[in-house]
Amino acid sequence: MSREVKFVKKIDWLSILLYFLLVGIGWINIYSASVTESFSGVLDMSQLYGKQLVFIGTSIIIIILILSIEAKFYERFSSIIYVIALLSLLGLMVFGKNVNGATSWYGIGSFTLQPSEFAKAATVLALAKYLSDIQTNINYFSHQLISFAIILAPPLLIMLQPDAGSAMVYMAFFFVLYREGLPPIYLWIGFTLVLLFIITLKLGYIYTIIGTLVFGLASIFIIFKKELKRRRKTTLALTSLVAAIGFILAVNYIFYNVFQQHHRDRFTLVLGLEKDPVKLEKIRKTFGFNTNQSEIAIGSGGFWGKGWQKGTRTKGDFVPEQDTDYIFTTVGEEWGFAGSTVVIFLFVFLLLRILHRAEQQKNKFSRVYGYSVAAILFFHFAINIGMVIGLFPTVGIPLPFFSYGGSGLWGFTILLFIFIKLDANRINEW
Amino acid sequence: MRKLLLYLVVVSVGIIYTGRLSYLQLFNEDAVATNFLNDSAIKAIYDYPERGFVYDRNGELLVANQPSYDVMVVPREVKEFNVAEFCKLLRITEEEYEKKLEKAKSYSWRIPSIFVAQMAKKDYAFLQEKMHRFKGFYIQKRSIRNYQTSVGANVLGSIGEVNNGELKRNPNYQSGELIGKTGIEKSYEDELRGQKGVKYIQKDIHNNVLGSYKNGRHDTLAVNGKDIQITIDAKLQEYGEKLMVNKRGGIVAIEPSSGEILALITAPSYNPNLLVGRKRSKNYNKLHYDSINKPLYDRGLLAMYPPGSPFKTLNALVALQEDVVTPQTTYTCRNGYIYGRSGRKMGCHCGSGKRNVINGVAKSCNAYFANAYRQVISKYDKPREGMNVWSNHIKSFGLGNYFGNDLSTGRKGRIPSGDYYTNDYFKHDKWHVLNTISNAIGQGQVEMTPIQLAHMTATIANRGHYYTPHIIKAIDGKPIDNPHFTEPKYTTIDQEHFEPVIQGMHDVFSMKKGGTARFLNVPGIEICGKTGTAENFVKIDGKRTQLTDHSIFVAFAPKENPKIAIAVFVENGYYGARWAGKISSLMIEKYLKGEITLKDMEKLVLEKSLEDEYAKPLSGKPFTINE
Repeated sequence: MSREVKFVKKIDWLSILLYFLLVGIGWINIYSASVTESFSGVLDMSQLYGKQLVFIGTSIIIIILILSIEAKFYERFSSIIYVIALLSLLGLMVFGKNVNGATSWYGIGSFTLQPSEFAKAATVLALAKYLSDIQTNINYFSHQLISFAIILAPPLLIMLQPDAGSAMVYMAFFFVLYREGLPPIYLWIGFTLVLLFIITLKLGYIYTIIGTLVFGLASIFIIFKKELKRRRKTTLALTSLVAAIGFILAVNYIFYNVFQQHHRDRFTLVLGLEKDPVKLEKIRKTFGFNTNQSEIAIGSGGFWGKGWQKGTRTKGDFVPEQDTDYIFTTVGEEWGFAGSTVVIFLFVFLLLRILHRAEQQKNKFSRVYGYSVAAILFFHFAINIGMVIGLFPTVGIPLPFFSYGGSGLWGFTILLFIFIKLDANRINEW
Repeated sequence: MRKLLLYLVVVSVGIIYTGRLSYLQLFNEDAVATNFLNDSAIKAIYDYPERGFVYDRNGELLVANQPSYDVMVVPREVKEFNVAEFCKLLRITEEEYEKKLEKAKSYSWRIPSIFVAQMAKKDYAFLQEKMHRFKGFYIQKRSIRNYQTSVGANVLGSIGEVNNGELKRNPNYQSGELIGKTGIEKSYEDELRGQKGVKYIQKDIHNNVLGSYKNGRHDTLAVNGKDIQITIDAKLQEYGEKLMVNKRGGIVAIEPSSGEILALITAPSYNPNLLVGRKRSKNYNKLHYDSINKPLYDRGLLAMYPPGSPFKTLNALVALQEDVVTPQTTYTCRNGYIYGRSGRKMGCHCGSGKRNVINGVAKSCNAYFANAYRQVISKYDKPREGMNVWSNHIKSFGLGNYFGNDLSTGRKGRIPSGDYYTNDYFKHDKWHVLNTISNAIGQGQVEMTPIQLAHMTATIANRGHYYTPHIIKAIDGKPIDNPHFTEPKYTTIDQEHFEPVIQGMHDVFSMKKGGTARFLNVPGIEICGKTGTAENFVKIDGKRTQLTDHSIFVAFAPKENPKIAIAVFVENGYYGARWAGKISSLMIEKYLKGEITLKDMEKLVLEKSLEDEYAKPLSGKPFTINE
């Protein structure tokens, strides 16, 4: 068997099939959401669906390029790619184009490029490279710090644009680090902080502090009853308790003094903080407008949906940003429960497939890379659809493969297909 | 475990999202999935049908339509503009503008409300050019009524905007739409209204029209209302109203062979065109608050009066049917009927002498009917029992109850039974027949409306059967086939007993027999009738004061194959033959001959005004009656 035939046989055609299904369904929905009366062919470049078709075409070229490059290239050049990505993010401050208050794009004529979409793949490469280094031990605190630095550098630059949504996605790397052996204490700390954040907002900081103190002191007393004299552990526990109270106060201060009203409203809606129905309705109507409209649109789909291009609310532009972040509402309205669940199933299936393949990698670089791809795609999927169906605060990030946008589609394509290349190449490493 | 974490999270998120979607799309009751009308992206545009026309029994057009222009508002779409200019065009003040807008908002921000209803055509032409400046407002054309006649307002009724109660009862109407409020407009609302057409259009969030919804699959065309023909004879109605000018009361004429109402007159009345269009509410208030003339009060249907002497005909029939008298039985009248241990007397003006059924009726002898009535009740062991039998006979004429007919309003009247006296009136069982003796002459507790009197007369004219009085003749060109109106109903009185009574009613017009209406004959027409004079009282400053008697007359003609039965009621017109009888004869001549030969009588009636009589109790000064 020639090398080429072996490669074709080893490549994960299932992932590729899922990829094209999602891209294809995505385009069908973009078409429905953006087509107007004056239809002049699917390649009409003045229309979003025409442009997206071009983006899909170029993605296929990118795929062919990625698959034909030697697999070792990605590992070898990961650091350089990472540095380029950082520089491209830095460069935005000088050459960036401001759109809607965020300097996230390079503009060349009418063509724009969003480097943060590519920075994800670069960061994944860099982290995989670092973690797969034989000298790296994630149990060492210093190595943990280096990992954090690699992960956090891009989102810090992205926050400056500002683009909180894109920055938030980097939290996905937490799953990767945990998978690769990050001590569980981080998991607990993270979990505790999220819990305290929610409780503080729900109950108010005074009750939360009292509750934390009572619960914390009682726990310390029970656990360390016999060892109260072992100062070191007791001190650590008390320090944590003080830190927790500090955190609560900080949450309270930041939420009410640093956050702006529209930030607060996002949490108000999802956590049900506003009790006054009149005010709540006002927030729903004004700030929660997008989510409110997308829920109505999805709800109006019923089981079978209204049919392609028949969505009254899609056609009536009731849902803002329906081509990009809110593209899933079109699925919900026109394809109903049946279509929505198929899309969700396809995403879950693809994610599980990538995870499965990642776990099978003998090469640690490939494994970390694959796992990171799954985690990042998962974050986008969960946050985007969660937001559209009203389970998550409004965060502007695209739905991978679905949302309109060249940078996004190319970024996700590169991210996924580097893994497919690595995966298809795994035997060669023996 | 570390390997499994992300797997589990991915799968759980998938499940949670599927659950959330099933809630949103399958189980959410607010969802618009169940009904596309809940979708704010779909807007219904209505096309109002023309209301059906109304014709009289001879095919004369009574009610047609005319276009009217309503200014509509959709509060959500109202943008800033020059309010002062707009108000000037609409001829409203800026305060009114704010008030109207608030009212529209409280109804709905999204659904159009009427802002100014039924503008005149010249205002419309002027406003239409400038309408585009006032975003959120538009003009809707509709058809409103155009009355071709100035009479019959009480019969024809009127249409007006639906009120909140009507909206709740019938969800097919929307705020601002027109609905029949009174008269046949109300009774035949369903037929006259037609079906409004609807066009569903799809709109985007900026309210721009995108096109029709689902290519008009749910759209319907407007279906015009059905034309109806009513039983009223417009010429007779008009003549009757003319005769009743400056008088109060009612005239009801019925065709005995069909139960069709030929005329339904109430006085004072008003011109039906007063209640059309934008001036409707102003004029309505004026009519509604006229507590002296009460023009909106349909006396022909609603005024309950003691029927007086015409009721004697029924008492004669009951006595004959109960076999307590024969046509030959006589009673002697001694200027009245003397009864009871203390020798109380019910006076009589018949001039005393021997009275049988025929001349009893002709001379309206109180004594004869008091005797006959007493015999009927006393035939049974207990007066209660006797009264119940009596009452059932009377009620078999369809009296003492609603007709269940197609008039939008009515009264039951009252035919007392033995149970009524025991349970409600005396509240004990020890009463004597003489306690109710006034019923013998149509006073006492008996009460009837003019239409019931006319109906009673028609039933006598038919010799014992009747058709429920009704006002509809044909719908959409097809004669009615409602068996309630087209099939005869029979009284409990045998046909043979009617002849002597009818003979008596015929003798009412007989000079030779000294009948009470002997001066009211119409040449060439054999009329049977009965006069009535009813005492009546009002409270003035808390004091029960007697007013001039009501003038009552019932009649049918001709004697054989009667074509018309009529009841005339003139408030405070004094004795029956004085005004009611004359009006009755004129009406009968008008209907049967189509022209009037009794010119002197007509002139007398037309020129007579009873306004002085009606002013008496209001003057606050002492006054005399029955002069």
